[in-house]
Amino acid sequence: MSHKNEREVLLEVKNLKQYFKISANTVVKAIDDISFTIYKGETFGLVGESGSGKSTTGRSIIRLYQPTAGEVYFKGKNIATKLSKKEKAEVCQKIQMIFQDPMACLNPRMRIIDIIAEGIDVHKLAKNKQDREEKVYKILEAVGLSKDHAGRYPHEFSGGQRQRIGIARALITNPEFIIADEPISALDVSIQAQVVNLMNTLKKEFGLTYLFIAHDLSMVKYISDRIGVMHLGRLVELGSADDIYEHAIHPYTRSLLSAIPLPDPNYERNRKRIIYDKSKVDYYAGTWTEVSPGHFVLGTEEEIKKWKEEK
Amino acid sequence: MRKILDVNNLNITFDTFAGPVSAVRGVSFTLHEGETLAIVGESGSGKSVASKSIMGILADNGKITNGSITYTKDNGEDIDLAKLSEHEYQSIRGKEIAMVFQDPMTSLNPTMTIGRQIMEPIMKHQGCNKAEAREKAEELITLVGINEAKKRMNQYPHQFSGGMRQRIVIAIALACNPRILICDEPTTALDVTIQAQILELIKDLQQKTNVAVIFITHDLGVVANVADRVAVMYAGRVCEIGTSNEIFYNPCHPYTWGLLASMPDLDTNEELLYAIPGTPPNLLIPPKGDAFAFRSEYALKIDYEEQPPMFKVSDTHYAATWLLHEQAPKVTPPAAVLRLREKGGYAHES
Repeated sequence: MSHKNEREVLLEVKNLKQYFKISANTVVKAIDDISFTIYKGETFGLVGESGSGKSTTGRSIIRLYQPTAGEVYFKGKNIATKLSKKEKAEVCQKIQMIFQDPMACLNPRMRIIDIIAEGIDVHKLAKNKQDREEKVYKILEAVGLSKDHAGRYPHEFSGGQRQRIGIARALITNPEFIIADEPISALDVSIQAQVVNLMNTLKKEFGLTYLFIAHDLSMVKYISDRIGVMHLGRLVELGSADDIYEHAIHPYTRSLLSAIPLPDPNYERNRKRIIYDKSKVDYYAGTWTEVSPGHFVLGTEEEIKKWKEEK
Repeated sequence: MRKILDVNNLNITFDTFAGPVSAVRGVSFTLHEGETLAIVGESGSGKSVASKSIMGILADNGKITNGSITYTKDNGEDIDLAKLSEHEYQSIRGKEIAMVFQDPMTSLNPTMTIGRQIMEPIMKHQGCNKAEAREKAEELITLVGINEAKKRMNQYPHQFSGGMRQRIVIAIALACNPRILICDEPTTALDVTIQAQILELIKDLQQKTNVAVIFITHDLGVVANVADRVAVMYAGRVCEIGTSNEIFYNPCHPYTWGLLASMPDLDTNEELLYAIPGTPPNLLIPPKGDAFAFRSEYALKIDYEEQPPMFKVSDTHYAATWLLHEQAPKVTPPAAVLRLREKGGYAHES
């Protein structure tokens, strides 16, 4: 973390806004003016409750939505504007996504080999049929499955295996950046650890960078280098995992942390939940302030001073 | 504390096209007034099936093939719920034993006002007229922490947020002052902050009404928060049962070790998480010995051949693993479990 200035920036989000027009006079501001950078080789965690805009952020980056305003720089190039067909294909190849529900993202009527090879076909990455097959077998092995699985259909797999297929599908195009949207929330506890370990191993093997979106805060702390906390479409705090968990400043972050139940009965008996009163904080009055190197909080000067004292 | 429920050697089999599936294979536990028993386990471990059988709402192809569920009425009379007819069950279900399900939107009727849905069980079980039931329903809405009860009574489920809906479901379950409340993953569909509120509500209501709670979940953090005692289920059996301190700080079954170690707490810094390899067994062909042996690095030869009995660790703590047999070799559990033992002051033992 300390040499952050020397680190290569892979993705930079600048003043990103994503509004949805619900009816003639209602606009939902799903993301409202957020900025952050992700460095090459790190795992950036994004947490928040449902409706905070964390999933929308991931989807706007990968251009599943057309952002309302703001810029997204991927390797120094703005990808949030109109792109040529060739540029678009390039972006899609380098940024891939892993989804929450593996059954919903695998076509039940396609064989595993064809599901995984779809990326190869779209981006024309294989020289011939044999090359295509070999590429799929290689990736299947990398995610802990075998080539015998290639001819089967999604329903023949367990939840954990399906998520492995979802990961293989994302990795086949040799991406540099993976957006993982709640990749373990739908899995059983004993399987979650398997998938998290796999993601960490693959990160090293393929030199990946992750945007890890989740609401399970203990898993996010374990997997992430830096964490952003979102609430109501705004980024309220950002810092290293340690900044967020040990030295949280924003009252929303602290209330979120105080709500996580931990597998420790003695701790649970004495846990005091901090209740967050949104009406006392005006997100639009605050500015994005760096309180210590790399640790940002959204708030006015007086607010931040007050919050620091409250701790 | 009086014993209120005694489940003894419960076996439940489902007839499917592929053959009979033994979802619950000899489960025994007791429940006392005013306590919370958490049942943990992954999908398919039989935790939901076991609790549904207490409620008498098993699917049509599910049958209790063996065992008993003894419920002790307020007047001391014992009845075996496993042998009750549907007609007899109707005086128990909703009145003495009530249930809260995972997804509040599917357990509420979208076309009925909230008020009518809460009044329904009150009128059916307590013989109240409409005006009395209305008054009681308003009290219940206030009790579960929702303001403006009068106005809320006439609203429909879609006008409530997820957490509010779950509060309403809890209000309906509590409408007839049940003695047992079964909560089947009541907070899984909710956000952490809302989850914390619902858990606080359940604990608060338990203080007020002395209801016994069976809490089913796979989230160990939630278990640590609510439970007095914990039963860990795997492949249709209870593999370990004890007070919540005993389970979290001195777990004895390798499956419990795996569950606890695979969940990172906020101090975990290890490169790789401890992961349980493989997947749960297929209960169409129940394994012969300890069902967990195939995924356990601690499995002994006998684990593949014979089902271990419940070994006694303390008066309240039992675990079904051959590792507790006096002739078993000493093994060292995963590092995370050793840390837990230290935290709970069990480090000197075993």
